[in-house]
Amino acid sequence: MNPLLTFRLALRALLRNKMRSFLTMLGIIIGVSAVIAMVAIGEGAKAQVEKSFAAMGTSLLIVMPGSSTSGGARGGFGSQPTLTWDDLKAIQTEVTSVKSAAPVLRSSAQLVSEDQNWTTTVQGTTPDYFDIRNWSIANGTSLTQSDVEGGTKVIVLGQTVASRLFGSGDCVGQVVRIKNTPFQVVGVLQAKGQSPTGQDYDDGAFVPVTTFQSKIQGGLQKYLSGTVFVSATSAADTARAQTAVTNLLRDRHRIPTGVDDDFSIRNLTEIAGAQQEGTKTMTTLLASIAFVSLVVGGIGIMNIMLVSVTERTREIGVRMAVGAKPHHILAQFLVEALTLSLLGGLLGVAIGIGGGAWLAAKFAWPILVRPDIVGISVVFSAMVGVCFGLYPARKASLLDPIEALRYE
Amino acid sequence: MSQTPALLDLDAVTKTYHLGDVPVQVLHGVSLRVEPGESLAIMGSSGSGKSTLMNILGCLDRPSSGRYLLNGNDVSRLSRGELAEVRNRTIGFVFQNFNLLSRTSAVENVELPLIYAGVGTRDRTKRAKAALDRVGLASRLDHHPSQLSGGQQQRVAIARALVTSPKLILADEPTGNLDSRTSVEIMALFQELGESGITVVLVTHEIDIAAYARRVIVLKDGLIKDDHRQEPERAAPATPPTPEVKTA
Repeated sequence: MNPLLTFRLALRALLRNKMRSFLTMLGIIIGVSAVIAMVAIGEGAKAQVEKSFAAMGTSLLIVMPGSSTSGGARGGFGSQPTLTWDDLKAIQTEVTSVKSAAPVLRSSAQLVSEDQNWTTTVQGTTPDYFDIRNWSIANGTSLTQSDVEGGTKVIVLGQTVASRLFGSGDCVGQVVRIKNTPFQVVGVLQAKGQSPTGQDYDDGAFVPVTTFQSKIQGGLQKYLSGTVFVSATSAADTARAQTAVTNLLRDRHRIPTGVDDDFSIRNLTEIAGAQQEGTKTMTTLLASIAFVSLVVGGIGIMNIMLVSVTERTREIGVRMAVGAKPHHILAQFLVEALTLSLLGGLLGVAIGIGGGAWLAAKFAWPILVRPDIVGISVVFSAMVGVCFGLYPARKASLLDPIEALRYE
Repeated sequence: MSQTPALLDLDAVTKTYHLGDVPVQVLHGVSLRVEPGESLAIMGSSGSGKSTLMNILGCLDRPSSGRYLLNGNDVSRLSRGELAEVRNRTIGFVFQNFNLLSRTSAVENVELPLIYAGVGTRDRTKRAKAALDRVGLASRLDHHPSQLSGGQQQRVAIARALVTSPKLILADEPTGNLDSRTSVEIMALFQELGESGITVVLVTHEIDIAAYARRVIVLKDGLIKDDHRQEPERAAPATPPTPEVKTA
């Protein structure tokens, strides 16, 4: 007996009791639609968090110089320059898990265009910085290595700065003055939005680090009086890179064991991870609720299948009399249970996606339907059907044809 | 004695049921030979063991001891699945209460044995229609049992029994739920089938119905008490069947 025919017969049997079939499926429908909708909402939220952390740069470490202590007052990280340019070079070349590293020197400065001015944070850095931050140029070009080597007076503006100084007009090729030194605008960065703490990334300007030292900070220095942005070779390597950089710097600074570091390293991946932990807990919770509701749905199916087997005892007897083998009867009822649960699962998927989309539209939540979750839900509901349908189907297949035919 | 094997060959068949710890013997050693094409009626009062014998003949049950050759094959020790296959290929059943699937059209009811025989869809429908035509219901193919009269329902059941071209048709009180006029029509149909070479075994307690059979076996207390041949009464011609109107 071919499977398609078995399926058609099952479908017909279920259609004879439409209301009952629907109510039986309800448990599965609710379970699956809850999973789909909740996971879609959860994933949407997670994606949003991930996006805001990705904006900071993935696999990012920030190395800050140590603190100064003068007269008992401790200055906090960065108050004393302990990082040297050689340290930077060592981080770049000696640590295998580091992809690139860029110095960042900061200073607040007033930028003056022809008819406007704007005070912002000017940062001296190298071209690597933009890679580390996943930050691309919207217009014009980025800083180049030769700009850094030659100390050219070029500047790359953040979106906010560009619009403050030049409005909506094109500013590439224009000149801005910082402390009376003219800088040529070579590029404008893509808008990056806000940091998780609300700081506007786009309110800033970037010049070659060498130019920064000579024109803005004043005088070349042995110490790197800023921070170093480091990107690990991959997000998974971030922790390893952190340890390696720590060891390298301790070694270079000749810090004996037991003495505190004279620098600090911030790992932004850790913060992102903590945020995601919350989402994960939520998802696990939802999944267990969904699991329970699917099991309850399965019990509902078993219950109705048992009623159905009893009701159709005569039919089973007739089928056996005309030549149905036990496995035919088993298959018939199993496929009915499977059809119930599978239809329930598919309806649940439809309702879950629809409901998720409705919630998304109503409350402006981002939703993300994960195809693998949809697949798992459908497969799982089918499994529920088979597991809970097995007992009634087996009971049917073990009926004695004589007694089944005599059943009133 | 003919050289061809008997269609039914029972040798000292017994059947004992176990109701709890108490064994109840229903058949005490029944021996019976039925040649192909021979038709007979099995008679007996209730408790005589005729239903049990019918179940064993129909391969719905196995004898407790003794041997049963059906069409030359020993079926006394077959498994449930194997018995199902024998029933499907060799036997057609007609029941007192018709036992049609409700909310299922006549043609689909008749197709049922063919489904389990693994016959393809097109062939199945063709053969089911032919069987319904043979019992005079060609115009009622898509009617559900509830839309058919008792006589028509029994005709559908007979078509279902016929559709696999069985060697044996077992009819258990086939006229028990029918009025006398319809009963005669159904008996005429059975006689016609018997003449076409199918062995029809009729189980009944009505003398009137047994009168249509050429051979009558009387069962009492689990033993064959009487086995005689007779000139059967002729049932009214079955063709053309009179169209029946369902009594509302």
